[in-house]
Amino acid sequence: MHRTAVKQVVMEGVLDANDALAQANRTQFDEAGTYVVNLMSSPGAGKTALLERTLERMHGKLRLGVLEGDVQTTLDADRLSRFHVPLVQVNTDPGFGGECHLDANMVRSGLSELSLNDMDVLVIENVGNLVCPAEFKVGENTRVMVYSITEGEEKPLKYPLMFRSADLVLVNKVDLLEHLDFDLEQFLGYLDAVNPGVERILASARTGQGVDEWCSWLEERGAPS
Amino acid sequence: MHELAIADSIVQIADRHANGRRVTKVQLKVGHLRQVVPSALAFSFELVAQGTSVEGAELEMEEVPVTGSCRGCGVESRLKEFPLQCRACGSDDLRVLEGEELFVESLEMEEV
Repeated sequence: MHRTAVKQVVMEGVLDANDALAQANRTQFDEAGTYVVNLMSSPGAGKTALLERTLERMHGKLRLGVLEGDVQTTLDADRLSRFHVPLVQVNTDPGFGGECHLDANMVRSGLSELSLNDMDVLVIENVGNLVCPAEFKVGENTRVMVYSITEGEEKPLKYPLMFRSADLVLVNKVDLLEHLDFDLEQFLGYLDAVNPGVERILASARTGQGVDEWCSWLEERGAPS
Repeated sequence: MHELAIADSIVQIADRHANGRRVTKVQLKVGHLRQVVPSALAFSFELVAQGTSVEGAELEMEEVPVTGSCRGCGVESRLKEFPLQCRACGSDDLRVLEGEELFVESLEMEEV
């Protein structure tokens, strides 16, 4: 048997399949008039705590829904269930060993359980991870990153992919500033080094500082026109 | 580890284009800004390729350095680290020209 080698030019984007699905999600969101936030951070930065404060304040003002992404457990969804908003938990662990991010297809699988027509804003709480979620579009209108000051100043330089893709950075846990050696000016300088001029809000989900500003930001974009 | 998901997509793309032929090499272009760890991607690729037409194929990764052009003065710069700044005027208002690539460039296959 004679074998010959052939070379074939492909030129296909590795994430094209995901991007196409993300676009399909986006079309669905647009048709329903739902503004979608992809909320990303490291584990423990305070995404769920921020959502709790947000749901408290936005009750009666903005119809919110939440898609919770986690590798395992429904702990976050359980925390938010008391707000009685449309809520679905997507666990990524049936994927290949438990994916560390949500992709467009996983989000799509959760959408069947959400009534988009009853929502002005859908917040997709991504899996806590500072790298992978940034790579996968899910059909969102905007990307918001929660960054906790307990993570140190230098992370924008180490993980530029996510910081570069964020439209807004919520600098969380600022109530701890007086107890930490965290240098806020240095952090904001690093943030501007990777994403010049990106919007930022100093916040504490614990004390409520900055939460009104964040809610206004969300309302400006998500309120039905 | 996004390398696993990326490897999975690469294998799917190669397997589809191979159309039953055995793939011996996959050439990939990766921009520096994609933060792909080559050793992690190579490991994931080998794992995910098992049982497909891509099993045993070599994954050749070409890293594309970051270049940008200044929106102010128009000069192009090779960018080594953050902040990405124009080498001529120091502005950080740059349009990234290269360094965000992530695509399968070509395949080598055995034709029977």
